[in-house]
Amino acid sequence: MTIDSMSLGTDLPDADATLAQAGVGRSLAQDAWRRFRRNRLAMVGLGIVVFLILVAVIGPFLVQDPTSYSKRVFLEPPTNQHPFGVDRRGGDVLANVVHGIRLSLFIGLLATILETVIGVVVGAVAGWFGRWTDAFIMRFVDIMLGIPYILLAYAFITVLGKGVAAVVLTLALTAWLQTARTVRAGFLQARELEYVEAARALGVPSRRIMWRHILPNVFQPVVVLIAVGVGSAILAEAALSFLGVGVQFPDPSLGRMIAEFSSDFPRAPYLLVFPGAAIMLSVLGFLLVGDGLRDALDVKDV
Amino acid sequence: MTTFIVRRLVSLLLTLLGGFTVLFILFFALPGDPAELMAGGGNKNPSPAVVAAIREKFHLNDSVAEQYVRRLGETVTLSGTSYQTKEPVRDVVAERLPNSLRLAVWAIAIEITVGVGFGVLSARRRNSFADYASTLSAVVMSAIPVFVLAYLLKQVTGVYAFQHNWPDALRLPPIGIGPKEWYLGFIPSLEQLKYLIQPAIILASVSTAIVARLTRTTVLEASTMDHVRTARSKGLRDGEVTRRHILRNALIPVVTFLGIDFGTLVGFAVLTETVFDWPGLGSKVARAASTGDLPVVLALSMVVMLVYGLANLIVDVSYAWLDPRIRRNGGAR
Repeated sequence: MTIDSMSLGTDLPDADATLAQAGVGRSLAQDAWRRFRRNRLAMVGLGIVVFLILVAVIGPFLVQDPTSYSKRVFLEPPTNQHPFGVDRRGGDVLANVVHGIRLSLFIGLLATILETVIGVVVGAVAGWFGRWTDAFIMRFVDIMLGIPYILLAYAFITVLGKGVAAVVLTLALTAWLQTARTVRAGFLQARELEYVEAARALGVPSRRIMWRHILPNVFQPVVVLIAVGVGSAILAEAALSFLGVGVQFPDPSLGRMIAEFSSDFPRAPYLLVFPGAAIMLSVLGFLLVGDGLRDALDVKDV
Repeated sequence: MTTFIVRRLVSLLLTLLGGFTVLFILFFALPGDPAELMAGGGNKNPSPAVVAAIREKFHLNDSVAEQYVRRLGETVTLSGTSYQTKEPVRDVVAERLPNSLRLAVWAIAIEITVGVGFGVLSARRRNSFADYASTLSAVVMSAIPVFVLAYLLKQVTGVYAFQHNWPDALRLPPIGIGPKEWYLGFIPSLEQLKYLIQPAIILASVSTAIVARLTRTTVLEASTMDHVRTARSKGLRDGEVTRRHILRNALIPVVTFLGIDFGTLVGFAVLTETVFDWPGLGSKVARAASTGDLPVVLALSMVVMLVYGLANLIVDVSYAWLDPRIRRNGGAR
């Protein structure tokens, strides 16, 4: 620090003061978290996500068994005993919604983890090795992206069968393309940078440079893609289950509930409103967190 | 310019061929036997002789390579026959494609009028009610499933409108293609409009929110440009500046989005088509895929991918045409 700025110290505007503090021993993650916390919408999103996780973990102990059916009440509007009403089969809508949220969170998270692993590995290999490997992989990615999403999903579903496991695999196998592209772009840039050259000169093996040196440096956009990806996966699961090729009876699914009871909506709109709101809330939470991360990590182009 | 177009056409053809190959392999790996499917499916227990005859007739005993080539020819010339309904694939395309195109055209029309309108409004009156409303709806639209939105709309027009005796214009028939009265191919009659309006609104909903956001951003960006300041200092009226100097620049990314979106809407409208029972391409492809009806899947998906690719191509060409810098660089993006 120069004498000049020292003498001006008392007049430093707020922004500079924060900047001066920020310089002292704060990691990138801490820095990002500070920015994230100041973003009101992102914090709302985080609140929704935490709430949903609580619902998924604790909820099932508080509601009745979703597969037990009342023999007396059918299509009953919300009451104290059944806060979200009763469906045509005599099932408690609240219990089904809670279990539906749990399953869609599980599917969304698992599919996104799988998708991220595939995307990162493929993208890293393409970006690092370049040349024919890159050309071959990226042409394949382009072709896959050129096939209408829903068609690709149906193709995988017809091959893999229906049910939870098939849905998770289908979502992962259709979603890794974007991650691969992003990671590849990061690797292409990083490959030419000095620290990679230095590592090479020191004789660090390729694999170690890829995972230990480059990956942490290009991972920020992937973090954003993960948050947004969970939201999109939940939305896609709901759509597939709605179309009858996703989660199958008796597994609880919000999308399947809506398809199944659609003929009852005119008399019983609560059968649409509660599962619909649950899907929307889940997707919204993750999308807002993703947007917040994008700003906090200062990631562009994702 | 010509080289640019030719190069893009070649890459489009390669993408189509690649897509065909991926789909062929995926569906070829299916456990189900198409011959049994044609003979009546698993529930009717067809006699082995019939199945064998069908297998012979449709060349299902040939090697994978021979079947691939035959399928490719059949798909390109649209000369296949549906396993399921025995309908010629060409008839399926002829029936479904116009329905999809009409719906997509009207959805795009809504996106342009409502989306661009709201975008300009919220850029010019920043932090106004319209601005907040379009921001909020953009967030909500990206999270709400299309089919939930569709059922909510049906709940209003098909249930509450009748219960509370709303005017006739708001009481809409629930589903279906309607009387099929179109003037010049695309303009619906009043009766037809009642069937078209709901799926068109729902199909447009998500993209309209995106268009509004995009327009807002680009208009704000364009308003800070030097030539806009010049126009203002010349004493041009506000509306004139917006229309002739800001929008011209701001709308380029919006047009790009709309072009790509049109390609998407033609083939991807499965959810909207399902809720409103609109017989378009998307729902047919979906049904064919879930029953393993290979000829229909391949033909329709090639049509969908072709429309999608052409829409992208036209956007890129118009881009190059609008912006000389792209043309000079030979269209490298």
